[in-house]
Amino acid sequence: MKLKEWWHKMGSPRWFYQISGPWQVGCGILAAVLLTVGTIWGLAFAPEDYQQGNSFRIIYVHVPSAMLAQSAYMLMGAAGFVLLVWRMKLADMVLASVVPFGMSMTALALFTGAVWGKPTWGAWWVWDARTTSMLVLLFLYFGIYALRQAIPREEAAGRACAVLALVGTINIPIIKYSVDWWLTLHQPATFKVTEAPAMPPEMWLPLLLNVLGLYCLFGANLIGRLKLTILEREKNTSWVKQIVAGAAA
Amino acid sequence: MSFDSIGEFMTMGGHGFYVWLAYGATLLVLAANVLSLSFARRRYLRDAQALAKRQGGTEPAACDPIADPENSRGLG
Repeated sequence: MKLKEWWHKMGSPRWFYQISGPWQVGCGILAAVLLTVGTIWGLAFAPEDYQQGNSFRIIYVHVPSAMLAQSAYMLMGAAGFVLLVWRMKLADMVLASVVPFGMSMTALALFTGAVWGKPTWGAWWVWDARTTSMLVLLFLYFGIYALRQAIPREEAAGRACAVLALVGTINIPIIKYSVDWWLTLHQPATFKVTEAPAMPPEMWLPLLLNVLGLYCLFGANLIGRLKLTILEREKNTSWVKQIVAGAAA
Repeated sequence: MSFDSIGEFMTMGGHGFYVWLAYGATLLVLAANVLSLSFARRRYLRDAQALAKRQGGTEPAACDPIADPENSRGLG
């Protein structure tokens, strides 16, 4: 009973709009602090890699964006599932609001990977399992973005995006295990749940800060986008009209 | 500090181009995400306020004057 009430509340765009402000600010501040400390630490203070030299410092921007690209996709898959099962309209708004950040992080992970690959592997691009499955992820993001633009009816567009997001989650374990299942140039995961990292703490600590910082930035950005999507889609309700009238543009 | 001088920090032991390109791209993408959201929000509010003003005469009950008398005046 209690749980059901909470679930109902969760689905209310108005309720979300009203409670999420402090979360957005908190995530934003935390992101600024973590990313600043992590980046300065990684760029200037972490020791250089004995094999790769200073090019290894690209890890501090490459790994966070690659992790976030996949997590954001999983969030879209989960939102798609909730939308298809419970017809919760907030879930569709979440799905739509994740796309810009997730898509840009996927592109960024591919780009920084190429820039790292050139001095390390001697090539900007190789068609191996990890890079190819990340490229597939980028195309999935493109697909979801294009699908919403292509279908004029909001409800139908939402359901189509949900199906594509859900089906596409198959790609996530493929990305994750690609370095174990296939022979690949790509190095194995830095962070594993079951093992300590293979690098010393002064190397992985700044990475952890940047990963956490980027997740916080994603949180803040997602809340902001979600609030804007709520205003756009609920524009004919009286509570949104009040907010619009009271806000300074 | 892992570097002895600013010059060494900039060249990154010959990898300067790659390191700074990667960090520059990251900064650009993150800034674009943050700024595009704040621009979009401002644009939406401006358009919605302009629309509310135009509809103000024909739609007086756009918001509840009893629940929020202060904001209801803003709609005209």
